[in-house]
Amino acid sequence: MALEEARSKMDKFQTTSNVTGKRIRQYLEKNKRFDGRKLDEFRNIEVEVGVSKKAEGSARVRIGKTEVIVGVKLGLGTPYSDSPNKGNLMTTVELTPLSSPRFEAGPPKFRAIEIGRVIDRGIRESKVINFEGLCIKEGEKVWTIFVDIYSMNDDGNLMDAAGIGAVVALKNAKMPKYDEKTGTIVYGELTDKKLPLKKDIPISITAHKIGNSIIVDPTQEEEDLSETRVTIGFSDGIISSMQKGESTSITPEEMGEVFEIIEKSWKDVFKKIEKFVK
Amino acid sequence: MTNEQKRQVVIPGEVIVSGDDFLPGDGTEKTEKGIIALKFGLAEEINKLVKVIPLSGVYNPRRGNVVIGKVENINFNGWIIDIDAPENAFLSVAEVPRYVNKDGLDEVMDLGDMVVAKIWNINKRGIDLSLKSRGLGKINEGIIMKINPNKVPRIIGKEGSMIKMVKDETRCNITVGQNGFVWIIGDNIEDELFAKKAILFVAEKSYIPGLTEEVEKWFAKEKGGEKSAN
Amino acid sequence: MKNGLQRRKEEKKVPTKTFKRTDGRKLDEMRPISAKVGVIPSADGSAMWKQGDTTAIAAVHGPKKMHPQHQQDPSTGQLRCNYNLMSFSVSDRARPGKNRRSQEIDKIIEWAINPVLKIKGFPNLVVDVTIQITQADAGTRCAGINAAALALAHAGIPMKDLVSSIALGKLDKTLVVDVNKEEEDYEEGEGSTDIPITMTSDGKMTQMQIDGKITPAQLKEIMQMAKKACNEIYEVQKKALKDGIGGGEE
Repeated sequence: MALEEARSKMDKFQTTSNVTGKRIRQYLEKNKRFDGRKLDEFRNIEVEVGVSKKAEGSARVRIGKTEVIVGVKLGLGTPYSDSPNKGNLMTTVELTPLSSPRFEAGPPKFRAIEIGRVIDRGIRESKVINFEGLCIKEGEKVWTIFVDIYSMNDDGNLMDAAGIGAVVALKNAKMPKYDEKTGTIVYGELTDKKLPLKKDIPISITAHKIGNSIIVDPTQEEEDLSETRVTIGFSDGIISSMQKGESTSITPEEMGEVFEIIEKSWKDVFKKIEKFVK
Repeated sequence: MTNEQKRQVVIPGEVIVSGDDFLPGDGTEKTEKGIIALKFGLAEEINKLVKVIPLSGVYNPRRGNVVIGKVENINFNGWIIDIDAPENAFLSVAEVPRYVNKDGLDEVMDLGDMVVAKIWNINKRGIDLSLKSRGLGKINEGIIMKINPNKVPRIIGKEGSMIKMVKDETRCNITVGQNGFVWIIGDNIEDELFAKKAILFVAEKSYIPGLTEEVEKWFAKEKGGEKSAN
Repeated sequence: MKNGLQRRKEEKKVPTKTFKRTDGRKLDEMRPISAKVGVIPSADGSAMWKQGDTTAIAAVHGPKKMHPQHQQDPSTGQLRCNYNLMSFSVSDRARPGKNRRSQEIDKIIEWAINPVLKIKGFPNLVVDVTIQITQADAGTRCAGINAAALALAHAGIPMKDLVSSIALGKLDKTLVVDVNKEEEDYEEGEGSTDIPITMTSDGKMTQMQIDGKITPAQLKEIMQMAKKACNEIYEVQKKALKDGIGGGEE
């Protein structure tokens, strides 16, 4: 019976084996990674914009083999009573079963919810969106920005891919046409107007602690070994959000190292995506 | 198809040969149109027997296969091993050639540990693994990689010629499980990663003719320049 | 909500006899198609199908143990499809997740593909196909089926044939192949009738639906048109698979 039970529990998680994990840690001790990268180095980043024509803005981001597609849609909503002249932002993440045997169909699980929350805060708290600029009629009607993120292939670091995709899609989005008379959106006809964004480029970067090493942009093999992670929403020298995830503690010294690594990585990533967020 | 062993890429439903002179083998079916492919792969005809060598698909366990698997669960009398097949396999504590305390199975092999084992029985109740042969047992050192199990025959090569070349060139000991897991162990991590890179190269080029020469050339090139670690 | 086609119709008053498609296609002409296998490296098989501005991506995982356990069938393996419109793939944002429409389409796609699958030999197992529509411009279930058939073959699943799918239509009185969204919303005269059809390579139908009015005589003609279109689609699928050999190693 126990055997049957165990067999039925089977899920095909390709988690990193203990033996490979040991080697990865040994190598990190020597400041080396399996794919030849430095500890603070990202994989190749590929960005494509306008991948979904009905979206007001969209982007495909590949970090190594990890891929996400992000779409921005605008909808009409009512403002919150404590901010009658401000629009809304809503960020969702779908970790699709297409992208990994680890993800199941059905309502979003915690990991998807967390990525959505972290990316949402990274954008919101950077103040890159001028929410007043999304007001149509104070107290009655405002624009809602929907940022919807879909994982397409998971080879580690979906978090940062999601964040890069979100900012690129936002920066490339155009406002839809609004019909004053009917008070509705004329879909299929975008204006030339961009969203009310400031020029900051908020990018969330995640550092992972494995043994005594801090790395960025883990492959799946590495991410499985992550003991704790810190995601920082960063824009040009200023931190505006943070999330420490997982149940291992981190020392202030290590946190200091994280800040340095993230600041450097932000510059690297920014350089790689700069031409898509102009 | 001519008499020479020419391989052609076929897709499901495609007629490989027509006429009554041929026999349908693995991955094919005889229909009124002729022998058709049931799988995407390479069609091959030897002595009138037509078969399709699949290029993809999950591992299909067979008795006698040496496989590499991961401990996924432990129960009172053995280990549940994930061999990356539709069904998990079972390794009984009786296979361990020494006394094991019933409460100490995890000290022998814990969750996430890898093991080289042989499939000795497949029945309705499951797949049973054995350790009773040379070279079988828990993996303590080295790295594990995964390739498409359909490419295992190419990685091994005719009479083991391909894997021997990779071993010699990389100075690593390499065990290829029929399920596509590969265990590499060398004197240092650089050698192991070089072997991993070589195996990925062979896997990627596995369908091309003259594979051995290609791999020889690849090694010459990789070792000619400054040897990169990845 | 007026679309471009209607507006242009009103401006030009084009009589129905000389019906012209707004994108200039001939009545039996499909939109440009591109297809590729191996687009999702972590899947056991995958494919992309793009037809005009409709894009479907399909990934296969399995055969693997069916979960939940009570759905296991000891007499056969099962195909399980999961079709999803991405929220931003349509004009009016679709709420992420399943709805009644997508649940019905899951079944329609399973029925369309099951006749060519040979998975009886996989008792208690399931072959999962996930389909994401990244851009929707009509014919999304057909694009999904074409991508799914490719992904299944690419995953090495035994099949006795591929299936090829196309959405046909009747716009006012004219029969056309491969309707786009603008045409699907056509409201002049008799309006638009939407007819997705799926066929095996030897012309057997595995799926057919009709939304709108049409005569039996017209339908016979539609099936002839479908046969021709499906043949063309089959050739594209065949090429995508044959071009997809090699690469894609983890």
